[in-house]
Amino acid sequence: MHEMSLAESIRAIVDDQAAVHGFSRVTRLRVEIGRFSCVEKTALAFAFDAAMAGSPAQGAALEMIDLPGTAYCSDCATTVEIDERFDPCPICGGRKMLPDGGDELRVKDMEVI
Amino acid sequence: MCTVCGCSSAVFADGQAMSHDEAHRLGLAHSHNDEHAHSHADGDHHHHGLGDAGLSVPGLSQRRLIDVETSILAKNDALAAGNRRVLNALGVLALNFVSSPGSGKTTLLCRTIEALGPLGLAVIEGDQQTSMDAEKIRATGARAIQINTGKGCHLDAAMVGQAIDTLRPKPNSLLFIENVGNLVCPAGFDLGEDAKVAVLSVTEGEDKPLKYPAMFAAARLALLNKTDLAPHCGADLDAYRQNLLRINPHIGIICLSARTGEGMDEWIGWLKSRRQEKAQA
Repeated sequence: MHEMSLAESIRAIVDDQAAVHGFSRVTRLRVEIGRFSCVEKTALAFAFDAAMAGSPAQGAALEMIDLPGTAYCSDCATTVEIDERFDPCPICGGRKMLPDGGDELRVKDMEVI
Repeated sequence: MCTVCGCSSAVFADGQAMSHDEAHRLGLAHSHNDEHAHSHADGDHHHHGLGDAGLSVPGLSQRRLIDVETSILAKNDALAAGNRRVLNALGVLALNFVSSPGSGKTTLLCRTIEALGPLGLAVIEGDQQTSMDAEKIRATGARAIQINTGKGCHLDAAMVGQAIDTLRPKPNSLLFIENVGNLVCPAGFDLGEDAKVAVLSVTEGEDKPLKYPAMFAAARLALLNKTDLAPHCGADLDAYRQNLLRINPHIGIICLSARTGEGMDEWIGWLKSRRQEKAQA
């Protein structure tokens, strides 16, 4: 259940931001989750509610934004979307792929009062 | 506050002071200029603001959006970078051993220590419970520290940082970190190691690299352990290799048996090369 550690890290980010911006409540928090980031979204939603109790983000709506997996194809010299890590290039079928997106796991923004 | 136009102050209407709401309710003529001196030529007398509705409401704070753009693992990554600085300054080669439970990590480490000698080597053991693994390592003469994660499913950089402080690895030594047996969670948590080494035993099934791709994608080397059992369980070593390379074309693969010693020379050779690289870095 590493989603619980992730939720605790989100709480730490909320606390840090509250200290800087001086808000009392977070109404909505958006996180970006890359396709390959190993996050089980239902588990994160569950852990989020538990971890935010007593923080400014208690009761906040958690919005999860999916980011696609991408890789740079050396043959096409272009970045393409892929479903699985180390999939061949969907354009040329080549395997000289350099994964460069899909590992994201970050708090994008939060709506606060 | 007036619920019609948002003005907060009392107004003067029909020759007497009254609340703004009341002036609206009674339909009495009154001024909306109490709080601002400028005119509203278009007849619109709303206040200006940047709130939800583009309207400021005195007495109520507004919702605002704060750009954060912070990696959720930023704190762990920063601590891992700190560990890496300490280890690099000491010239310590640190390897993070990841696998499912029961792949034979601890036995492999014991045999490795026997081959290399216990000096200049330290081990951090991670498990949810018990100090059995650290005791097995200490029996070889190497220094070991046990971290119990309790309900945690992985080691993180803070735990390893504390263990490094306690163990104080010697300059140019080896540090083995045996992660919690789990093919999922430890993949995402950088500990400050030089490389992840994935241990996979031939009894687990050829499909495991495909089922748990993140771990094998993050590993630099895969040790296919318990090869002595391969004939007994119909394991197809080539299928293991192909699946590993499909997930990670750059992964190194060594087949070995910690129990019989088969393939251990190649593994020890790999370790010595990495150690040399580190010493020259």
